[in-house]
Amino acid sequence: MTGSVRLVFLGRLADQCGAGELVLELSGLSTLDDILLGLPTPLAEPLADPRVKLALNGMLVPREGLVVDAGDELAFLPPVSGG
Amino acid sequence: MATTVRLLLEPFDPAAELSSFSKAHPAAGGFVSFLGQVRASESGGSAVEALELTHYEPLTLPGMQALADEVLSRWGLDGLLILHRAGVMVPGDPIVLVAAAARHRRDAFAAADFAMDHLKSQSWFWKREKAGGAWRWIEPREEDHSDLARWELSETGN
Repeated sequence: MTGSVRLVFLGRLADQCGAGELVLELSGLSTLDDILLGLPTPLAEPLADPRVKLALNGMLVPREGLVVDAGDELAFLPPVSGG
Repeated sequence: MATTVRLLLEPFDPAAELSSFSKAHPAAGGFVSFLGQVRASESGGSAVEALELTHYEPLTLPGMQALADEVLSRWGLDGLLILHRAGVMVPGDPIVLVAAAARHRRDAFAAADFAMDHLKSQSWFWKREKAGGAWRWIEPREEDHSDLARWELSETGN
């Protein structure tokens, strides 16, 4: 099934990606690598940093084994800088 | 036992919050509170014009609530208050207020200390500071992690 995924970038990633959010078209179930390959390199590079945590539809998920479907929201969370 | 955990997008009045918190816990023998505010100058010495905290709706408040639950499971408290700002603030604005009410002061001191160390290093907030007309992202501080490690060493296991 095709559709789109909403990517959300927090903290400095929002600056590095030029926006807080981005909608990406999917050709079907996608892995993290599929998603990063669909982005321009300067944008994908900081997202590949293992210190960047991921949340799928508001739940923290490991990078390994991640599968993203149409309609999902995938957030990229860089190290937090405290209150 | 009453717990109040709020994520605020508008300024708040710490004195008024503490006053109503203490009134709500007449049985408590003591209160310990911590107030964090936007400082007027950064470590380099230049004047801070603004501070912005961004959060991620699905994680930030639930994470603060989970922290409150952990604090309550560790110490016998009469009440716990955790307020945290998000959004753009200016020097002097309150950022975070933690208060613990307990029959005995040591529990209140420890609970507030634990809550602050975890808010600083584990809460879902990203911070940037404006100085000299330019925004700069604040990186995690090494001290925040060593502050957290104090509690891991003293843990007796969950």
